[in-house]
Amino acid sequence: MSTGLKPKHQRLALLVVALVALIGATLLAIYALRDQASYFYVPADIAASPPEPGQAIRLGGMVETGSIATQPDGITVQFVVEDGEGRVPVTYTGILPDLFVEGSGVVADGRMDADGTFVADNLLAKHDENYMPKELEGMTTAEMREEMQSTVTGSSQ
Amino acid sequence: MIAEIGLAALWLSAALAVLQLLGGFAGARAADGIAPLSALVRPAATLQAFLCTVAFFSLVYLFAVTDLSVRLVAINSHSMKPMIFKLSGTWGNHEGSMLLWVTVMAMAGGLIAMIERRLAERTMMATLAAQAFVALGFYAFLILSSNPFERLTEVPLEGNGLNPLLQDIGLAFHPPTLYIGYVGLSVAFSFAVGALLTRAVTPDFARVMRPWVLAAWIFLTIGITAGSYWAYYELGWGGWWFWDPVENASLMPWLAATALLHSASVLAARDALRTWTIMLGVIAFSMSMLGTFLVRSGILTSVHAFAVDPERGSFILALLILYIGGALVIFALRANTIAEGERFSLVSREGALVVNNIALSAILGIVLLGTLYPLLTEAFDVRVSVGPPYFNPVGAIFFLPMIVILMVGPLLRWRKDQFRRIAKPVALVGTIGTAVLIGVAMITDIGILPLLGLALAAGLAIASFAPMYKRALRRTPLAVWGMCVAHFGVAVALFGMAADSAFQQERLVAASVGDVVEVGPWAGRLDSVNALAGQNWTAMQANMMLSYEGGAEHQARPQSRNFWTPEMETSEVALLTRWNGQLYVAVGNQGVDGRWQLRLWWKPFVTFIWYGGLLIAFGGALALVGRVIGDLRRRRYGTDADDHDEIPIDPEAQPAS
Repeated sequence: MSTGLKPKHQRLALLVVALVALIGATLLAIYALRDQASYFYVPADIAASPPEPGQAIRLGGMVETGSIATQPDGITVQFVVEDGEGRVPVTYTGILPDLFVEGSGVVADGRMDADGTFVADNLLAKHDENYMPKELEGMTTAEMREEMQSTVTGSSQ
Repeated sequence: MIAEIGLAALWLSAALAVLQLLGGFAGARAADGIAPLSALVRPAATLQAFLCTVAFFSLVYLFAVTDLSVRLVAINSHSMKPMIFKLSGTWGNHEGSMLLWVTVMAMAGGLIAMIERRLAERTMMATLAAQAFVALGFYAFLILSSNPFERLTEVPLEGNGLNPLLQDIGLAFHPPTLYIGYVGLSVAFSFAVGALLTRAVTPDFARVMRPWVLAAWIFLTIGITAGSYWAYYELGWGGWWFWDPVENASLMPWLAATALLHSASVLAARDALRTWTIMLGVIAFSMSMLGTFLVRSGILTSVHAFAVDPERGSFILALLILYIGGALVIFALRANTIAEGERFSLVSREGALVVNNIALSAILGIVLLGTLYPLLTEAFDVRVSVGPPYFNPVGAIFFLPMIVILMVGPLLRWRKDQFRRIAKPVALVGTIGTAVLIGVAMITDIGILPLLGLALAAGLAIASFAPMYKRALRRTPLAVWGMCVAHFGVAVALFGMAADSAFQQERLVAASVGDVVEVGPWAGRLDSVNALAGQNWTAMQANMMLSYEGGAEHQARPQSRNFWTPEMETSEVALLTRWNGQLYVAVGNQGVDGRWQLRLWWKPFVTFIWYGGLLIAFGGALALVGRVIGDLRRRRYGTDADDHDEIPIDPEAQPAS
């Protein structure tokens, strides 16, 4: 029973509890971040070193012209995301974001399935000229390709 | 002319802040707080409040008449916009929102200068000097890099318009609410620095600071609740919290303020936790500054990032480092001069509040790391995003135990207590929680987190009013009522969150006109889809008739809207609210085969999340009113007795154990 402790020891006990909790929280957070953060990939990355199927990632690139196909159910869409170096087939079930068009930038949250298709839970498209997905912000198509080059080198380290 | 008046008022305010800083500093150095310039400190603060109000309303006027010769108006407004959005557009942009911030801050400074007489004059002078120092940074930021009154040499024929996502009645209230919260924490920070500088960390300091923290906390609570509801119905994604960095930016100051509020209560009532309260005062304001930096610097992309301008980001970062670094240096130099406060046993009200503080700090650390991690890795060119898979389970590890402490803490006595004394109510609440846990686990198949959430919500709902047991309700102070209501609000919100995540049902279909769609207990028919136009948009509207369990039919009209200045599409969802939940309907695009995409969610008890948030704020408001009335009474009768309302439960009223 803690009431048996002297006041000074009780203070110490509280301090220890506080330190343990805060250090524990930090370690837990760091551990979970390594595990749960979803990394940003471009198609070239996926070609170079495919992520584990089922691991949460973000995929960014351009919607390939002529690739959007709507399934008979009317709500499942398949398209291809490309960056000039790689192509990744994507399937998405849901209401398409506004201004989701072929030849435009897109960032998708989701995971790769076993046969190499990216299953998207969520799509972020270029909203309008002022509001872009963070990863593709302010870039023209050419710059975006260039940036994706550098991301390839960056994330493969 | 009006723009020039506004700018002149801003410059004058800045000059007065310099005077306030010098006079306050001189006063703080004198033993009795009286120095040559110190008599001017209070008038300088009051006059700033007036001048900033003039500057702010000048800008409101410029937006109201759409004066396109002013750059800010030309960029952000449009003559065709409805009047309410012209007015709210004043703060729907970077410069205007910073002006609003400065104005609220000047008003707070003026208010302290006018009414606050309880602290030693020296401490007041140091506090007002600190307040002026913080304000000066923002004046400099506004005047040098974000001048809202800048004129254009060539007047355009028409303005650019306001981001349609922001053309919403919620915007009229959302930023002012959060800013009052942020600024309230800056006042708490100034008090903490003032007390630290003059070595006066006393219960009186905590009593003077507490209403400001309480007010800040109430507004932050309302701001977060409103922001969550806005994201829920305006984005059309069906979620109410996305762990978006912008949301985290408002959550982190709230967590720190919640901890500060509770530790200030300990300091006010028991003269313990002195150093910790000062530290939290610094942390809470750091979090507001960090929030402002994250949101306004353009580091994050969102509707909030008006200023994608590296210069401004650096400016806010410099202010952040200056204030927080400065405060931490003062803290490091002075912390050892703060004498140890009153002692208390581990099993006591103070002990429980310390554990609550630790849990809140841990959650704050987890949210902070998760929010900053993507920014850190980006510096190494690795792009990551951190979302619910991180925040939900990791946060819950500390949040759920905190709820357990929340049930027990208010029942304990100050200083020293024994678990044996509160065994009966704890056993009762424990039984209810366990019964709910087992009952729900038997009849449904839901995840562990929602399950624990439901059980803890049930337990807390009962436990939150346990401090009222055997009390004379009429004579119970408002502050105690406030505490009970706020804690009950936590239970209500937790119930809503758990119920929504456990029981929501979703239906996504492509429907032709005449098709019937079912989701959960709802069934409905798509009657027609028609086009319509507003002042600055056109839309496709789906007309549906829906009924709950075969009852009366209700109309739902979700829209997909196209704005033309600037060009953008938004989704206007339709909501059908019942006491036990909400039906959420969004309409998407028309497919090539002529069918319309419809997305329906049945969200049982989702509204409880926001009712809970409002209850928490209402509890805070009750406590604030109770405190202010108590202070006035004390001032009138000159009694300076202990905080009577702090004593938890009449010992006599306790059942013999």
